[in-house]
Amino acid sequence: MKTNSRLLSAPYTVWMTIFIVLPMVLVAYFAFTDKQGSFTLENILSVGQYSNVFLRSIWLGAVATAICLVLGYPLAYIIAKLPAKRQSVMVMLVMLPMWMNFLLRTYAWMTLLEDNGLINAALNAVGLPKVHMINTAGAVVLGMVYNYIPYMVLPLYSVLTKIDQSVIEAAEDLGASDSKVFLKVVVPMSMPGVISGVTMVFVPAVSTFIISKMLGGGGNLLIGDLIDMQFLGSAYNPNLGSAISLVLMVMILICMGIMNQFDDGEDNGKGGIML
Amino acid sequence: MNDPNSTIISLKDITVSYDGEQVLSSFCLDIHDGEFLTLLGPSGCGKTTVLRTIGGFIKPDAGDVFFYGGNITALPPHKREVNTIFQKYALFPHLNVYDNIAFGMRLKGKSEREVKETVHQMLSMVNLSGYAHRGIGQLSGGQQQRVAMARALANEPKVLLLDEPLSALDLKLRKDMQVELKKIQQQTGITFVFVTHDQEEALSMSDRVVVMDGGNIQQIGTPTDIYNEPENAFVADFIGESNILDGLMLEDFEVRFAGHKFRCLDKGFGNNTPVDVVIRPEDIDVVAPDSTHITGEVTNVTFKGVHYEIIVDVAGFKWMIQSTDYRAVGDRIGLSLTPDDIHVMGKSEYSGMFGDYSTFSDEMEEDIIATEEAQQEVIGDED
Repeated sequence: MKTNSRLLSAPYTVWMTIFIVLPMVLVAYFAFTDKQGSFTLENILSVGQYSNVFLRSIWLGAVATAICLVLGYPLAYIIAKLPAKRQSVMVMLVMLPMWMNFLLRTYAWMTLLEDNGLINAALNAVGLPKVHMINTAGAVVLGMVYNYIPYMVLPLYSVLTKIDQSVIEAAEDLGASDSKVFLKVVVPMSMPGVISGVTMVFVPAVSTFIISKMLGGGGNLLIGDLIDMQFLGSAYNPNLGSAISLVLMVMILICMGIMNQFDDGEDNGKGGIML
Repeated sequence: MNDPNSTIISLKDITVSYDGEQVLSSFCLDIHDGEFLTLLGPSGCGKTTVLRTIGGFIKPDAGDVFFYGGNITALPPHKREVNTIFQKYALFPHLNVYDNIAFGMRLKGKSEREVKETVHQMLSMVNLSGYAHRGIGQLSGGQQQRVAMARALANEPKVLLLDEPLSALDLKLRKDMQVELKKIQQQTGITFVFVTHDQEEALSMSDRVVVMDGGNIQQIGTPTDIYNEPENAFVADFIGESNILDGLMLEDFEVRFAGHKFRCLDKGFGNNTPVDVVIRPEDIDVVAPDSTHITGEVTNVTFKGVHYEIIVDVAGFKWMIQSTDYRAVGDRIGLSLTPDDIHVMGKSEYSGMFGDYSTFSDEMEEDIIATEEAQQEVIGDED
C-alpha cells in the first residue's frame, strides 16, 4: 500500500518541483543577484522607492475586497436560502461571466466607461453632464470588483449552505430574533468562507496588471504593472522585477497570516466573552 | 405549578400539510402541566409535526395552539416559553460547551455572574462538570446530547420538547439516558413532550403515551393502559408483540375465535358483533396437546435471552408464544388461555392488516439463506 501511494504521488511531486519550487528558487535567485549574476541586496533595497505603488495596490485591492464582501455576502446568503433547484441556477449565473474571456470583459468596461462611451452617451441623451470615469482609481476598483466577485460569492455560498437548519432553529428556540440569529450564529459560522473569499479576491486584486492598465490609464500604476514593465516593458530589469515579486509575495503572506490569526481568535481565544 | 389537571398546552383542530399532502387534520391534544407525555408512532405519523407546531417552527394551515389558555399560534419560536432538544442536538459548533449553554440566558440579558452560576449548575445536573471549556467537536454523542439538554434547561422553559433525542445513541447509553431524562423531569417538574418511534422508550418513561398513525391519535393513555388495553389492532401491533385474531363477541364475557368459545373479561360490544381479539405472546401457557382446544406444530424457535420465541402453526394461523421452556421445531403443543389473557377490541380500519406471524418465519428463512450465501462468497474470495 505504501509503495503504491508513493508511486501514485510521484508525477505530482515531479510536477510541483519543476513548476512550483524551481520557479520560486529562480525568482529568489534573480532577486538577490545583479545582471552579472553576483550576489547583491540592491534590488531588494530599491523596491523601497516604489512604496507608493505598493500602498496604492494594497489600498485599491483592500477597497475592492471590502466592496466584494459587502455585495457578495447578502447575495450568497440569499442564494443559500433559495430552494435547491433555483440555487444551482443562481450559482451558474454568478459563475457565467467567468466563462467569458477576462480581457474581453475588461474591454467591455472600457467601452462603457470611456468619455464618449455608452454610459456618458446615455447621460448625454437625458441631458445630464458627462462624467469622467475611465483612467481613474474608481474604474480600477470597479474592474476588480466585477472580475473577482464570484471568488467571494462562491466560498461564502458553500459555507452558508452547509450551516445546518436545525442549528438556526436551535438559536430561534433559545430566544434569538432573526437579526440575533444572523449576528450570533450565521456570521460566526460563516467566518471560514469570509476568510477564503477575502483571500481569493485580495490576492489577485493586489497583483493584477491588466485591469489597471486598461481601466486605470497611466496614473494608476499597480505592482502588477510595475513587474510587467521590468520583464516586458521599456524598463527591462528582471532582477528588480523578481525582487518586487518576492516582496509582494512576503506581504501577501503577512496579510494572510493576519487574516488567519483573526479566524483562530474567533474560535478559541475570546471564548467566554464572545457576546 | 404542577396541578396535574391543569392544561399547559392545548392544540385545537390543527391542520398541517406539506406540498399539498395533509400530515395533520383537525388534530386536538391537551398536554397537562408537569407531565411526561410521549408522542409515539412510526415515521411519517405526524408526531414530529405536532412537536414542531408547539415549538413554533410550523405555522398550521388551520387551528390554534394555546399556552395556559392564551393563543400563541402566531407567536414566533423565539418568543415561546418552550425549548426544544433536537434530534441531532444542533449545538453551535463555533461555541464551546459553556457558551452553548449560556446562549439563551445571554439573549435574555442575564448578568455574567448569573449566567456562570446557572451554567455550572446545569453542567453538574447532566454530569458534565469540568467540560465547560471543551469544544463541541471534542465531545461524544452522549455528551453532546447532555449539553443540548443543559442548554435547553438553562432557559428555564415551561415545556421541554424532545425530538427523538436518544435515537442516535447506542443501546446501553440510551438506557442510561432514559433514566437520566426521567430523573431530570421529576426534579425540575417541567412538562416534557417526548417524540419517539421506540415503544419501549415510551412505555418506560412516560406518564401518558399518545399513539399516533397517519396523522391521527389512535390512543391516549398510561403505559399500562396502552399495553394492556389497546383500542385497536394498530396499537396492539405497534406496542409489543401481539397475536391478533378475528373473533365474534357472542355476548358479554363470551367471545368466539380460533374455532372455539372462550370466556373473557370484556363486555359492552353487543351480541354477535365481529371483533379483534388480542393475545400477548407472554400470556399464553404451553401445555400438553391433549389438555386444550388449541393445538399446533412448532415451526420456528428463536432464543431471545430471557425467553424463547416460538412460532406455532394452529390450523394455518401462526401464533407467537414467548416461553422460558424450549420446544423443538416439529413438536405438537397445546396453547392454554385464561379469561385474563384475552383482550377484545372493536373492529377498526386496521383490522386484518396485522395478525399472525406467517411472514415471520419466511423473513427469517430469507435472511438465513442470504447470510449463508454471503458466507460462501467470503470463503470463495479467500480461496
